[in-house]
Amino acid sequence: MSFSFGSTGSAMGPRSVMQSFGRDSAGQAIDPRILMRLLAFLKPHKARMFAALLLMLISSAFALTSPYLIKIAIDENIAGNDTVGLFYTTLLMAVVFVALYVTTSLQQYLLSWIGLRVLTSLRARLFAHLQALSVSYHNSHIVGVTISRVISDVSVINDLLSSGVATIIGDTVVLAGIVAVMLSLDISLALATFAVLPLMLLATWIFSRRARVAFRQTRQRVAAVVGGLAEDISGIRVIQAFAREGVSSDRFEEVNRANRDANIDAMSLSFIFLPTVDFLGVLATATVLWLGGIAVARGELTLGTVVAFLAYVTRFFQPIQDLSQIYTTMQSAMAGGERVLELLDTKPLIYDEAAAVDMPRITGKVEFRQVGFAYQLDRKILRDINLIIEPGQTVALVGPTGAGKTTLASLVARLYDVAEGAVLVDGYDVRMLTQRSLRRQMGLVPQDPFLFTGTVADNIRFSSPRATMAAVENAARAANAHAFISALPEGYATKILEGGVNMSQGQRQLICIARAILADPRILILDEATASVDTLTEMLIQDALQKLLADRTAIVIAHRLATIRKADLICVMANGQIVERGSHSELIARGGLYADLSLRQ
Amino acid sequence: MECLRPYWRTTLAAYLALLAINAVALTIPQFIRWIVDSGIARQDTDLISRSVLGLLLLALLKSVFTYFQGCWTETASQNVACDLRNAIHRQLARLSFSWHDRSETGQILTRAIQDVERIRFVTGRAFLRIIDGLVLVIGSSVLLLLINPLLALLAMATMPLLAWRAMSLGRRLRPMSLVIQKQLGKLTARLEQNLRGVRIVKAFAQEDAEIARFARANRRWFSLSALTARLQAFTAPQIDMIANFSTVIVIGYGGYLVTCNQLTTGELVAFATYLGQLTVPVRRMGNIVPAVALAMTSGTRIFEILDTLSEVTDAPDARPLPPVKGKVIFEDVVFGYVHNHRILQGVSFAVRPGQIVALLGTTGSGKSTIINLIPRFYDPTAGRILIDEHDIRKVTLASLREQIGTVLQETTLFATTIRENILFGRPGAGEEAMLAAARAAQADDFIREMPQGYDTLIGERGVTLSGGQKQRVAIARTLLRDPRILILDDATASVDTATERQIQIALEHLMAGRTCFVIAQRLSTLRKADMILILEHGQLVAQGTHAELMKSSGLYAELYHQQERAGGL
Repeated sequence: MSFSFGSTGSAMGPRSVMQSFGRDSAGQAIDPRILMRLLAFLKPHKARMFAALLLMLISSAFALTSPYLIKIAIDENIAGNDTVGLFYTTLLMAVVFVALYVTTSLQQYLLSWIGLRVLTSLRARLFAHLQALSVSYHNSHIVGVTISRVISDVSVINDLLSSGVATIIGDTVVLAGIVAVMLSLDISLALATFAVLPLMLLATWIFSRRARVAFRQTRQRVAAVVGGLAEDISGIRVIQAFAREGVSSDRFEEVNRANRDANIDAMSLSFIFLPTVDFLGVLATATVLWLGGIAVARGELTLGTVVAFLAYVTRFFQPIQDLSQIYTTMQSAMAGGERVLELLDTKPLIYDEAAAVDMPRITGKVEFRQVGFAYQLDRKILRDINLIIEPGQTVALVGPTGAGKTTLASLVARLYDVAEGAVLVDGYDVRMLTQRSLRRQMGLVPQDPFLFTGTVADNIRFSSPRATMAAVENAARAANAHAFISALPEGYATKILEGGVNMSQGQRQLICIARAILADPRILILDEATASVDTLTEMLIQDALQKLLADRTAIVIAHRLATIRKADLICVMANGQIVERGSHSELIARGGLYADLSLRQ
Repeated sequence: MECLRPYWRTTLAAYLALLAINAVALTIPQFIRWIVDSGIARQDTDLISRSVLGLLLLALLKSVFTYFQGCWTETASQNVACDLRNAIHRQLARLSFSWHDRSETGQILTRAIQDVERIRFVTGRAFLRIIDGLVLVIGSSVLLLLINPLLALLAMATMPLLAWRAMSLGRRLRPMSLVIQKQLGKLTARLEQNLRGVRIVKAFAQEDAEIARFARANRRWFSLSALTARLQAFTAPQIDMIANFSTVIVIGYGGYLVTCNQLTTGELVAFATYLGQLTVPVRRMGNIVPAVALAMTSGTRIFEILDTLSEVTDAPDARPLPPVKGKVIFEDVVFGYVHNHRILQGVSFAVRPGQIVALLGTTGSGKSTIINLIPRFYDPTAGRILIDEHDIRKVTLASLREQIGTVLQETTLFATTIRENILFGRPGAGEEAMLAAARAAQADDFIREMPQGYDTLIGERGVTLSGGQKQRVAIARTLLRDPRILILDDATASVDTATERQIQIALEHLMAGRTCFVIAQRLSTLRKADMILILEHGQLVAQGTHAELMKSSGLYAELYHQQERAGGL
């Protein structure tokens, strides 16, 4: 009984390693408010949970019956030479063991089922919630950390909810049962056994205080290992290009060794604690033997009682040990729970108003009315923007980095909400529309051409999942992407690898354009779609864009002025304002900032 | 198992301690039996007191041994985990680009963290538990046989059944756990892709489709896990039940023997105690078997990485490349990432030291492949590449890459200080050299304006640099390295015109006096180049200087004019 195995506290199990990608909360060990909210996740499974607890009590009762039956066998049947009685007692024992098996199995299965169910629905809820959160949330949160919330933190909560709650309730009941049985068997012997308890509590208290510090240390160290490794993987090409494999390995090994040492330190604590508890158990057994032995010698007690008592003493310490393990599980579940609840509590900054209406088919008029915007309160990104784009017009935004071009374009799709003024599409304030109906009619070709893992066809089809293969190919043709896709070994079924590494930058951009074409948007946003490709590809893209732009309203952000000469209106932005506007020739004639920029290029 | 070898001393000590613990554990029931028989039955209170004291001493001894055994085992197993992670890291650094192209970061991380942890668990505690169990089983069996052979044989009759159940549980659990792990991996990948592409998801209003897709993977994970939970819930307690039946037999038949006076009550009690001791390790097997099954799966996954042979390695007789002048020759080079899909089909050219070579061609024509072959990020499928007459496959990778600098568009900087990032080019370079590189890269000004200057932290926990700033730091890093051969991309990421000019100046500093391969995005580069290579579908269709090609190649003239019209740069 030295180490409990199945119920290994999760601070020691492999899971704890994954749970702590995020920041480590230094808060209270157990916060009742968080606990109550977490317990609420069990509500839909009340009936099952109740059944599991009932089964647990029944199986505990069966488990407690067996030592008592042994006592009867020794004291009454064997001592009384009653072979028939012995036969019946043993038969009864066999029945009890079978019943124990049935109830334990059912109870274990029920608990696992509930746990898995809660886990699955919690993950689904988190995922749906992440979809509702606005882009600004995602901009400010690291993907890896969010993943660890949904995958690892949630599973720690599961430990607490299913097995944790059951163990606490079950063990407490079992403990009470054992105490009652022991007291009923012999009061003085029972009290002598309980005398060990204060020592046990003291040991647990000292251990848990130190363990908290030590285990937190291990969590931080392992986070450093994960972080270091993740960074080296993402920078592996640079490391190899500079032939710095040795240096980076040395650095990693240092972090890795620190993690090892922290773990050994923390575990050493456990190795003092567990044998101590073990020893205290033997101390209790010895007390029973000594006092019981003397009592038997004096004829005050039967031998069977002592033997049964010994069996109960062993069982008495098992739940106590379990409970002290649960404490560790509780702590990590609390930390995980806090992080998960924090995510669920984050209110989306952009949501559909109760009175929001569906956007009818867009004609394409876009109006910015006195628009002001800031990501953070103190730093205004956009000021006083007034701009009217007529249906079918192409408007180009130019200007230095940080002038607010991307932000301005994002406001049309309501990826952010304005701080002042309003953005109107066909006369509707975008905040009074359902997000879905608005964005369904928009297309975005981002500066960084993002491709999902999956096939080329999947990526083009992303904007309209039910599109036929013929429609996908037509979109690819219009995007000038068909030729290179067909030349790929598996054509449209070619798998895109993580980060799109098996496609060149230009190819990725063309696929993104095909995706936008397939969506058949009424309003199109092109965010420096050609900034990072070579000139030949740029020509292909320009050609594709001409087709895409025909009779749609378009906002084009450009960095090479040559590409937007034909735009109906060019807006030059600086410091969050539109400082010049007009056609190419008008702006050149004016001799302002645009003319200057144009000359310098 | 192999992994434990360096720690054989600690491991051996742990196993010896284990033997001692087992010896004590086996003596304790004997002691109890003795107390019951000689003390309690004969009502010798003096003997009871003394033997109880003895019992406590034995327990204390056991606790001390347990402590040391635990510490030693932990030390050995933590070392194993540490070594495995180091080995994985070293292997990752060795594996070629094509391997990294195919692998996913999340997958590697899971293996290096979770799978290693599972193996550690087995090499540490679980493995010890098994030995522990075996020793206890054998020891207890011998003692049981000594007390009463017939009773012992009857009690142990359930053992084969037990072993069979435990084995079959493990056998069935292993493939299932592998499937569940894979499914969880898929679920994680879905989530990761969704988060990375969140702008696209939102812009095209595809949240519902994404939720449905995630729900499918999630449901599948649930049904797989529930199936395994059922298997475990109904099989593991079975092992308990079978073990308990031994007790039934002992009490029933043993009790009968006592009534026939063929056994003393004390012997029966001791018998029951030994049997209890026997069932503990057996019961633990029920837990260990799944853990071992999981670890085997994890082991397979880890060795998949460790056993992968890098496609690009030093030849056994590789010699360091002496300092080169910078002559580069491609001889009929063929390359294909995937079989029968050739990206380069027989490319040959020769570059003299100090020349600027501009690569021109449509996307996917093979430009990036050519520049990736020079530092041996990939090896050609056929043909060879020579630098100063040395076949690059016959020199050591480190010496080759030391003399080549690469500045590409996708700039990777590390989450540390700016100084460290520049020094990455040549660790140990002096402060003056570092500053000079930063100045030449036009990066000094903006770095000095940062709150902590060169000691400013960048990346996740520090300042975010703009694309143009990152590019200049990367140029400084390469300048400090002072390579003989330079590979670059003359595009400037989306930056304003002023920054763009600064980057141009920085690039000119960088290119001066080196052999340069440039993926040409600008006409100025083409005009300046000593040699222009025009690629189409993996073949070299024309080469020469700007003036030559304008005359000889209709294609080039057309491309040039188109570019002039489109870009006008």
